[in-house]
Amino acid sequence: MTMPAIRFDRRRLTALMAKEAAQIVRDPSTFLIALVFPLVLLFLFGYAVSLDTSRTRIALVLEDSSAPALALSQSFINSPYFDVTVARSVRDVRSKMVDGSVRAMIVIPQDFGRMAKLGRLPNIQVATDGSQPNTASFAAAYADGVFQSWAAAEGLGARAPAVTTSPRFWYNPALRSRFFLIPGSIAIVMTMIGTLLTALVVAREWERGTMEALMATPVSMAEFIVSKVIPYFILALASMALCTAIAVGPFGLPFRGSVLALLAISAAFLMPALGLGLFISSATKNQFVASQIALLAAFLPTFLLSGFLFEISSMPRWIQLITYAVPARYLIPSLQTVFLVGDIWPLILPNIAIMLAFGLGFFLLSFRVTRRSLD
Amino acid sequence: MRRLLAMIVKESWALLRDPKARIVLIMPPLLQLFIFTFATTLDVRNVDIGVLDRSSGVHSSELVSQIAGSPNFRHIIRLESSADLKRAIDRQEVIAALVIEQDFDRDVAAHRPATVGIVLDGRRSNAAQIVAGYIGRVTAGIGADPTIEDTEGGTIVTNWFNPSLDYIWFTLPSLIAIVVSVAGLSITSQSVARERELGTFDQLLVSPMRIHEILIGKMVPPLLAGLFNATLYLIVATLVFGVPFTGSLFLLYPALIIYIIALIGVGMLVSSISQTQQQAFLGSFLATVPLILLSGYASPIDNMPGWLQVVTYANPARYFLIIVQGQFLKAMPMGAVFDQLWPLALIAIVTLSASAWLFRARME
Repeated sequence: MTMPAIRFDRRRLTALMAKEAAQIVRDPSTFLIALVFPLVLLFLFGYAVSLDTSRTRIALVLEDSSAPALALSQSFINSPYFDVTVARSVRDVRSKMVDGSVRAMIVIPQDFGRMAKLGRLPNIQVATDGSQPNTASFAAAYADGVFQSWAAAEGLGARAPAVTTSPRFWYNPALRSRFFLIPGSIAIVMTMIGTLLTALVVAREWERGTMEALMATPVSMAEFIVSKVIPYFILALASMALCTAIAVGPFGLPFRGSVLALLAISAAFLMPALGLGLFISSATKNQFVASQIALLAAFLPTFLLSGFLFEISSMPRWIQLITYAVPARYLIPSLQTVFLVGDIWPLILPNIAIMLAFGLGFFLLSFRVTRRSLD
Repeated sequence: MRRLLAMIVKESWALLRDPKARIVLIMPPLLQLFIFTFATTLDVRNVDIGVLDRSSGVHSSELVSQIAGSPNFRHIIRLESSADLKRAIDRQEVIAALVIEQDFDRDVAAHRPATVGIVLDGRRSNAAQIVAGYIGRVTAGIGADPTIEDTEGGTIVTNWFNPSLDYIWFTLPSLIAIVVSVAGLSITSQSVARERELGTFDQLLVSPMRIHEILIGKMVPPLLAGLFNATLYLIVATLVFGVPFTGSLFLLYPALIIYIIALIGVGMLVSSISQTQQQAFLGSFLATVPLILLSGYASPIDNMPGWLQVVTYANPARYFLIIVQGQFLKAMPMGAVFDQLWPLALIAIVTLSASAWLFRARME
């Protein structure tokens, strides 16, 4: 069987795309991935995943009942960062630390009042639940903050450091983690549609043999690929638009760039995403294997190796090298920039160029794999 | 009993005979193990810092060289103007920029309190906050009089269960809960959906097999896969990465089995409402994402809004995560394990009976 490589016939192409579009509309799994999944993901990243720690549950053990000790414990109770239960002894708290119902314990020791009356800075002890390292270091830092400001108000030995810092966080002054999580989840949605859904759908055609049937028709290779890609391209862009509307509407993200930049970035990212999906399906020709490989090659890297949740610069060098091959690595900073900063073309354009290059590579690969499999 | 045994043998073969399924059983968990372990760190290292030094005196130079010497920062980039600073931040050439104003050296020399401005990239607000903390620690040492001994009191911090707050001690035990959930959900829903697509599920239904026998048979492959993955992770976590295991295997494994059965129940529910393999796969995927994000692994449940915290009570991963972290680090006693175990068992009973009911309803 031979198939002409590049030839376009408008009628054939329209017919193929109409067939693909009808399949998309009819298939409930498309609906699941293109509509339900984005909504669930945005909802979860908007509400469930919050790195902005709110009130930490702590236990306060008062071994001293002098006036200074009571005053300090009142500062802890009034602190917006803690949800305090008062306990009489350390032993009572131990089991609560084990079952996780408190995340830290603050002990105001016996000689606390005596030291304070002598005008010296007393000690407090903070024991954290180290099994949750983040919450632990947060609780320790804020407990120290409450104690230091109490001591400063009492005029007790706290020396203000000679040099202090005044940090200003540009583009996200209130430090809402939602501001970087939502653009990241848009990247995940586009990966799911571009790579996973495309891989599944095309693999199903191979599995059922309809692909061979299609190849026996006068359809050219290029027509075939274009007809597969365009409908999912449009579907992914529509899903991205839906996510953007939710991000800017209910979630209150700013949108400081232009729609043009957003479209350019998304379209550029969909090239490698769709190309990879086509390649996986043509290389595996099996739905189950295609889905597993798409998860490993697209979903997991977009989640973990793109700088979405974890800083790339902190990873070991060999993992940093892998991240250069993850297209989402170029998408996520661009998306975050368009939402929070504006059209910073010197940052966006190189990223677009790299994504397009990856896209070209994947399409050439799937072109070759599909052709070879026909012989 | 003989029928049940035959079903179990058949299911185990179906899982182990297929070379593709065998690879899927072993490769993804191992890859996940290594990527998660090495990539998921909340430290910030090797970042570039910009410096706009308008003071250029002894103390500001000392500050800059201290920053440059910090192991967390890679390059110090000199900035000449505010426009320079804005460009460097906007293009993400630096994550933070120090702004040292003209009177800085005069203030430090005169022992007046001095302030250093830091501009941080709010696009990466999480990493930026950590960087601000690092810089604050460096600046606090500048201009301090070394002759004053610090003999006074203060806050004495100890971290229980994980003294040096090693993040891997948190990640690896939690990963057991996650990898098992992926295996439990996807294998269950796939194995039922494939038989449905091939039509062999109807053959099973018309055989003398009872519904519960078929369901028990279908529970074997995900149970085996889950136990296998969990054991693999347990061995790697303790032997390769040195995470302490202070609890008891006799508490962990029964809890693990009940957790997997609860997951199988969820997987059965997904497969009972899907018609094709593709729907089953996407459905189980759609169930896995909230299962992980609402478990307390991605971010503490305490940070969620109250109504969402209520939703997490229906999530089996929530309970097992507490058990597995407790068994690794906290030597969690039986009573505390049991508090988490009975809701897990309840979820298993509810989901399994619901799916048995759905299958039976389909048969009639």
